[in-house]
Amino acid sequence: MEPGETLGIVGESGSGKSMTALSILNLVPEPGKITGGQILFKNRDVVSMTDGELLEYRGSDVAMIFQDPMTSMNPVLRVGFQIEEAMRAHARFDKQQAKDRVVPLLQRVRIPSPKERARDFPHQFSGGMRQRAMIAMGLSNEPSLLIADEPTTALDVTVQAQILELLKDLNRELKTAIILISHNVAVISSLCERVMVMYAGRVVEEGPTRKVFDHPEHPYTWSLLRSVPRVDERRHERLISIQGMPPDLARLPSGCKFHPRCPFKVERCAREEPPLEEVSPGQDARCWVLMSNVTKEAQALKT
Amino acid sequence: MSQPLAVVPTHRDGPLVSLKDVVKHFPTGGGFGRAVVRAVDGVSFDIAHGETLGLVGESGCGKSTLGRVIMQLHPATSGSIKFEDRELTTMRGNELRQARQRMQIIFQDPYASLNPRMTVGDIIAEPLKNFRLGNRREREKKVQQVMKVCGLNPDFANRYPHEFSGGQRQRIGIARALVLTPSLVVCDEPISALDVSIQAQIVNLLEDLQAEFKLTYLFIAHDLSVVRHVSDRVAVMYLGKIVEIATSKDVYDTPLHPYTKVLLSSIPSANAEIEAHRQPILLKGEIPSPINPPSGCRFHTRCPIAQLPICAEVEPPLEMKASGHVAACHFAGKL
Repeated sequence: MEPGETLGIVGESGSGKSMTALSILNLVPEPGKITGGQILFKNRDVVSMTDGELLEYRGSDVAMIFQDPMTSMNPVLRVGFQIEEAMRAHARFDKQQAKDRVVPLLQRVRIPSPKERARDFPHQFSGGMRQRAMIAMGLSNEPSLLIADEPTTALDVTVQAQILELLKDLNRELKTAIILISHNVAVISSLCERVMVMYAGRVVEEGPTRKVFDHPEHPYTWSLLRSVPRVDERRHERLISIQGMPPDLARLPSGCKFHPRCPFKVERCAREEPPLEEVSPGQDARCWVLMSNVTKEAQALKT
Repeated sequence: MSQPLAVVPTHRDGPLVSLKDVVKHFPTGGGFGRAVVRAVDGVSFDIAHGETLGLVGESGCGKSTLGRVIMQLHPATSGSIKFEDRELTTMRGNELRQARQRMQIIFQDPYASLNPRMTVGDIIAEPLKNFRLGNRREREKKVQQVMKVCGLNPDFANRYPHEFSGGQRQRIGIARALVLTPSLVVCDEPISALDVSIQAQIVNLLEDLQAEFKLTYLFIAHDLSVVRHVSDRVAVMYLGKIVEIATSKDVYDTPLHPYTKVLLSSIPSANAEIEAHRQPILLKGEIPSPINPPSGCRFHTRCPIAQLPICAEVEPPLEMKASGHVAACHFAGKL
């Protein structure tokens, strides 16, 4: 990921998108652990960091916000104090600076009358405001990367629109890179330049959002885009339902992990797992078939 | 068995469900001068035989409460609800039980709405037992039949809900609703708890069942794209009031109420072309409390085109603005 970039990770529950994000923070819950590979943040390997280094790295270099802002806050502490605490936990700002930054931060995330609201408790905030306060907390140490895990899933559409606009503005103003995790392809498309589609713990397709959503090459991406009704739908088309269920991660199928549900599979798919390869400039896919090789007639048969 | 699993014709003219000034207030707190939550505050509309009426709105607007009031799971505070030409609100006892045979509800959470200690076969057969329909063998046969129709393997009737995935559990919930061959099915957010790839399966199943058994749906959801997809007509609700009703196409192509317009502009699109031209209208402030809703038009405190004093003082009636298109706004179509 480049500085200031916006990356979307899309996938169903259990596809590994949240675990990918937690790995970046080296926060994979017990008994899970990172067994291979490396995660480089500004050329430092996160996996081999000491506990002390991790404490400084988390929340200061990379911050994360979660789906449910109520469970991410302490209900008995004032919102302003919790934001201040996030800064005091790190060395970037001293005590006075931390105190002084709270109100401007709340203002930055567009909380009205920030001075008064800083003295409120989390339960006095609405869902959207809590998510804003969480974003303020995430940004308090000026991280270079903000990971947002389903930040709008629990919110109403009008509030979701506000939060997405806010993230867009912050990315522009502060040049903070953002990883947005969502199961909603439209939410990803509204914010992210680049998208990664995950299935059964693997990246199955990756590339510029517009390219991937306009010309998906992996049958999973293709089906996913056609299985959600679109608000701009012109006429009533039957939705494509992907047969079967996402696989059990403890008993993965052989070969390509999507082949049992794939309408375009060939014999090789059950035998060998395809590699993630470049399929067009900037776009990678993990598939032996690729949608560009499937005729329009064959596609129509599966709808 | 008194009813076969097939279309039960209702040869009646007029709507299947007709609501007039339906009000549901919940008391809150205690002591003198108790406040009331005005969850549903004067709602009138009809649902025709065989149609799907979508009901959309944000959390707390009263859409689920309205669904439950129609089902008589909550008694209405006032107003009239006619179902198959008979008044539901004054029905009591056995009469109400009989009416309930003809209307069923599918819930949002397929994990919480199935009894974990009952087998799937017993869950689906329970409505038949409650109404003393058929003997054991007939019930078993019907359960098998309805499971097959809903895409469940009838051999799994002896299994327990925890052995099924979310999508399959929702199918069990649908099978339970269909076993009595109802005419009205209230679908309360039937797919919002499911994974994306499973949602399409359930939407397609609901559409197939509607075509096969001539069902009428009240489809309650907050996801406007799904509602557009399944509904013939759409009603938009805000703070206990209906603000707009029209055909699905009209609501989405030419929304007249500013709130509908705001809702539609808020939905991102996966289509880059459309997304690039979308201008979300961002609302100011928070949704007001239904305990003390704003005077006049309830949306005026957040409306981008509200004009004082009229919007704050005069409540706009829900009136016909175009053919088959009703909206409650003094400045309908001006945003």
